[in-house]
Amino acid sequence: MTTFDFLLQGMLVAAQPMNLFYALIGVTLGTAVGVLPGIGPALTVALLLPVTYRLDPGGSLIMFAGIYYGGMYGGSTTSILLNTPGESASIVTALEGNKMARKGRGGPALATAAIGSFVAGLIATLGLAFIAPFVVKLALVFGPREYFALMVLAFVTVSSAFGDSTLRGLTSLFIGFALAIIGIDQLTGQARMSFGIPDLLDGIEVTTLAVAMFAIGESLYIAAQGDQGPDKIEAVKGSVWMTGQDWARSWKAWLRGTAIGFPIGAMPAGGAEIGTFLSYATEKRLSKHPEEFGHGAIEGVAGPEAANNASAAGTLVPLLTLGLPTTATAAIMLAGFQQYGLQPGPLLFATNPQLVWGLIASLLIANFMLLVLNLPLVGLWVKLLTIPKPWLYAGILLFATLGTIGANPSVFELGMLLAFGVLGYGMRIFGYPIAPVVVGLILGPLAEQQLRRALAISQGDVTVLFTSPVAAVLLAVAAAALIVPLILRARGRGQVLSQLAANED
Amino acid sequence: MSKGNTPSTQTRRPDRAALVIAVFLAGLAGLIFWDTSRLAKITSYSGIGPATIPFVIASVLLLLAAWTVFEALRGDFPTRERQEFGPVIWIVGGLAVQMLTLKPLGFSIATGLLFAATAAGFGKRKLWFTIPIGIVLCLGVWLVFAGLLQLSLPAGPLEHLFW
Repeated sequence: MTTFDFLLQGMLVAAQPMNLFYALIGVTLGTAVGVLPGIGPALTVALLLPVTYRLDPGGSLIMFAGIYYGGMYGGSTTSILLNTPGESASIVTALEGNKMARKGRGGPALATAAIGSFVAGLIATLGLAFIAPFVVKLALVFGPREYFALMVLAFVTVSSAFGDSTLRGLTSLFIGFALAIIGIDQLTGQARMSFGIPDLLDGIEVTTLAVAMFAIGESLYIAAQGDQGPDKIEAVKGSVWMTGQDWARSWKAWLRGTAIGFPIGAMPAGGAEIGTFLSYATEKRLSKHPEEFGHGAIEGVAGPEAANNASAAGTLVPLLTLGLPTTATAAIMLAGFQQYGLQPGPLLFATNPQLVWGLIASLLIANFMLLVLNLPLVGLWVKLLTIPKPWLYAGILLFATLGTIGANPSVFELGMLLAFGVLGYGMRIFGYPIAPVVVGLILGPLAEQQLRRALAISQGDVTVLFTSPVAAVLLAVAAAALIVPLILRARGRGQVLSQLAANED
Repeated sequence: MSKGNTPSTQTRRPDRAALVIAVFLAGLAGLIFWDTSRLAKITSYSGIGPATIPFVIASVLLLLAAWTVFEALRGDFPTRERQEFGPVIWIVGGLAVQMLTLKPLGFSIATGLLFAATAAGFGKRKLWFTIPIGIVLCLGVWLVFAGLLQLSLPAGPLEHLFW
């Protein structure tokens, strides 16, 4: 069967009334939560994971896909109307979008972001559908050592290649590894780092860690800044509709943004947000109105937003085909799969094609729903931005703990939530990135498994890791990604890298 | 931890908070060494067993601790924003209260208290007003999530009135 047939079958799964309903709930919840200031896509997905606990795997993953895309849409609304840098994927959107909103052109800015996200989401999801089967074929010839090398590369790019310090990135990653050791060793059944506490034998839940670090850590950090007065929300004045000139200036930017964002997201390495920066730089160079950049140029919203959504769809390529999460959001989605005993990877396409293709098809449907939901209803979402901080964060913590209690109603689990929340707060104070901890926790054990399998096959000969050409190249790239930024920073050229820092996802 | 001693680039004083981080990392490494040393005897014929990777991780953590000391002495850590600890204590206290009261009092009351404490951390200190709001809101959430979505949220006296 060709990709097209598979996609058609997926459409049949996704178009079942119940699944359409799940997708609709997903996109609505995703947008509503994603719009809330201070909540990025990673936290949106982590907070809403418990909503899907009691559904069947198919329905739950479809709702999940809707939440993921909805969270991406919602985030752009926040950054345009409420200049909140700090959420890396949307910094660029905030740059020009907020300026447009201040000039009373908030409507067109939101529209170009929404339509751009739609165009990018559509093209990139189709790209995902057509590329995935090839990557799956490639992945089937991968042995343990190639997988291990791939994961090492992802570790380096997620933790230390970007951001402002190799030391702090690596420290975050290894804290994640240290937490990942906790529990029963999968190959020998030995309990490690559990100190006789039964609650620790199962290891640490990725969702508990993610919710604690993102939701509780962030809330503590914001609260500790003290009262800085209310944030300034730009009202949406005038028409939401774009003028002919807006369209003319936007459509090329959408396509270029998609072309830049998708391949970067689809690469099995971290740093998916670079696409937004590259797209911004490209638009600035190609624009006929370069003088408008920095004062609200519509291309500067259209391109990066498209790149952002395209790379969000792109990250699903390594996630679904290789089981390799390259962002914190993808790591939480992987945890979502695992709660049903599903391990994404080449085998999932063979054993459960209905599920995978239903998921991909429902991404397409979710994208259409979001366009409808976002353009006319944007006024409703904007109202969510006006929730005062005390109520907003009280609500965030309510739902953060709700998820943990729903998964495992134990005092111990809540204690871990609190402890990791305080850890996340401390890491924020000192500028340690959060995403590497989450990725390290979920990917660390998988990497250990592959390494030990590779060494078992070679009977303990370590050189085998470098003798496969694919693995050798991947490890060489990983080494370069670790060393080159170190040299750049030592020479005082680190600013560029810290601008590309991955804060949220 | 970070009150006051923000290192500036001119003075280059040792950064004490960063040294504390180094001690934490070294302690974590020590904990891993101590726990996995008893597993070191178990090896498969590949030469690596359940203790190998933890040993590597702990060794790297020690290296990172040393590197942190180095950067702390050079004053390379970024400057921190001033932190207010009142709100932090409110929120951490709220989470602790929720943790302890969840089983005896049920989801709505425990989480309602957390809700009010968080709001207090962000400046809404009228507890006589925020606690009832929190409890009513959490009861609504409980009815939706435990009733409709069948999550197992602990029920207390309040929830038993409804279910």
